[in-house]
Amino acid sequence: MNEPDPMTTSNRLSSAFAKNHPALVCFVTAGDGDTAANLDALVEGGADVIELGMPFTDPMADGPAIQKANIRSLGAGTTTADVLRIATEFRARHPDVPLVLMGYANPMIRRGPEWFASAAKDAGVDGVICVDLAPEEDADLGPALRARGLDLIYLSTPTTDDERLPAVLRGCGGFLYYVSVAGITGKQSALVADIAKNVSRIKRQTDLPVAVGFGVRTPDQAAAIAQVADGVVVGSALVELVGDHGADAPARLRELTAGLAKAVHSAARAPRKEEKA
Amino acid sequence: MTESTPNSFRNQPDERGHFGDYGGRYVAETLMPLVLDLEREYRAAQADPEFQREFDDLLEHYVGRPSPLYFAERLTEALGGAQVWFKRDELNHTGAHKINNCIGQILLAIRMGKTRIIAETGAGQHGVATATVCARFGLPCVIYMGAEDVRRQSPNVFRMKLLGAEVVPVTSGRGTLKDAMNEGLRDWVANVHDTFYIIGTAAGPHPYPELVRDFQSVIGKEARAQMQDRIGRRPDLLVAAIGGGSNALGLFHPFLDDPDVKMLGVEAAGHGLDGDEHAASLLGGFPGVLHGNKTYLLQDEDGQITEGHSISAGLDYPGIGPEHAWLKDTGRVEYTAITDEEALEAFQLLCRTEGIIPALEPSHAIAAVAKRAKDMPKDSVILANLCGRGDKDIFTVAERLGVEI
Ligand SMILES: Cc1ncc(COP(=O)(O)O)c(C=O)c1O
Repeated sequence: MNEPDPMTTSNRLSSAFAKNHPALVCFVTAGDGDTAANLDALVEGGADVIELGMPFTDPMADGPAIQKANIRSLGAGTTTADVLRIATEFRARHPDVPLVLMGYANPMIRRGPEWFASAAKDAGVDGVICVDLAPEEDADLGPALRARGLDLIYLSTPTTDDERLPAVLRGCGGFLYYVSVAGITGKQSALVADIAKNVSRIKRQTDLPVAVGFGVRTPDQAAAIAQVADGVVVGSALVELVGDHGADAPARLRELTAGLAKAVHSAARAPRKEEKA
Repeated sequence: MTESTPNSFRNQPDERGHFGDYGGRYVAETLMPLVLDLEREYRAAQADPEFQREFDDLLEHYVGRPSPLYFAERLTEALGGAQVWFKRDELNHTGAHKINNCIGQILLAIRMGKTRIIAETGAGQHGVATATVCARFGLPCVIYMGAEDVRRQSPNVFRMKLLGAEVVPVTSGRGTLKDAMNEGLRDWVANVHDTFYIIGTAAGPHPYPELVRDFQSVIGKEARAQMQDRIGRRPDLLVAAIGGGSNALGLFHPFLDDPDVKMLGVEAAGHGLDGDEHAASLLGGFPGVLHGNKTYLLQDEDGQITEGHSISAGLDYPGIGPEHAWLKDTGRVEYTAITDEEALEAFQLLCRTEGIIPALEPSHAIAAVAKRAKDMPKDSVILANLCGRGDKDIFTVAERLGVEI
């Protein structure tokens, strides 16, 4: 659980955050609708990082939109093998776009951390976000992922104070995901001033890029957050389009993503962490 | 898995909340600082004689403890083997052991300055117990209950409302107990500043499994002393039903280091362990992570959680407290399962032999007692936890027996 070895961290993820503009991170659930077409639409719209949701029966950190996406996906019979196949095919079509699996611990550790880490590696995945894996339980996934050069991306929240932050950062690689509201995914959103304060608080302790998510729905919100962060994550708003528009979803996703990308990419680059004194 | 025998079975969990390979803290980061706070506050409460005094006082004068230890003479005769004794926790205020834990947790909530209480419930027993202590202490209370359970358990829903609780039917997922727990966790994440989550069984993120066990251990502590008083020795076998495992741990824990006392935990076999229609996480599940802890779960090969089934709504949960997972692997406690049919028979047997209408949960324990007692000598002693009374279940039983009421 040391600092990730710089030689083994994902090149795709680090280059996405090394562009001269903030990164747009887009989430959809695997197996919900025509996922390949949905993912292509996100890339065409200008997403810099793709988060692919692994469906789970009990998504307890998610609001209604993503809960429904999980139910639709599992209802359609999506398996872990399907999720990995979607990732593998995505990687073949888009060799340079970073791909992160996001989900809950149980499906990830069901066959053991080594199995999951090597399957994810083989599928061309760059990083993993595990919502209910507290840093205290890093041993369940972290070592297996990091040994294969995959990043385990941890989340920090408004309740993660300065004293606790080092515990979150210890095993974290790729970027830090700042959850801007104390709540579930969905519609509430935080004040940009609060986000700015928290991001700079985090940046005093790490060189990792900080992406901000939860409650970001519109290009205007995204633009404002992109002023103060290295990346902006959008999930529920995209997932709702998948739920509402069936076969037309890819076109709608492309349109919303393009608007978000324009807003995020034209924001002034967040100042990097001040040099350590 | 742990193969070696520990020196004591009573010194779990470790400082990070692990019972061997199980337990731990698997929650969204938003909750972690709160869960750490709760642990600090619990340690302080444990060291505070005033906290213990208040807990004991409420248990005595509000709950009605100690609960009696009762020799079931006619049941013993009917079974023709070991003497059967019951710890009568069904005589507690609100009719089950659940209130022991709720008293402890609401005192912790007050200590932490929390002003709003939430809980999940399946059959409604934990919901009623939580609503009861909230009324007693004047705190607002929100109970999450699967929509399907709200329909099936309308008397308990009405009880909770009479007690001033808001009952929220949960339609997400499949509208059962695990979905109610998910919804409770979602509420908690969004209201961490003022809300305390009273978890109803010995499961969830550390320190819940430990503190629920400790509050419920009053059952075993009393029973140990009462047995000594009445027969001058410890029982040979303890038996308890297991949903999440709190009444069983409450009885077992004080006896874990007595090598002469064997223990049997009874899971719900529903329609039988060979199909999918059961709620036996230990006997029919695999280790995994859900609702904050690592433990045995009913799940498929991809780690998707499957629904349990039991005639008893209080046993119908796809997980189990992590300490039981550890006690199973170490071999200290034996686990078995009882079908719906067997539980129904035991329910009726106790009604007729002892004049006690048990809840369907302990009816599973009674069925296991009936199987074991026969093969044990007449001077041996079984102590079973009669953890709930059956008033809430008469509608289910009538339906199963084809009687219209
Ligand atoms: C009477 C009774 N017994 C047992 C249980 C199962 O819970 P546990 O295993 O935590 O004791 C319940 C749960 O609702 C109950 O109401």
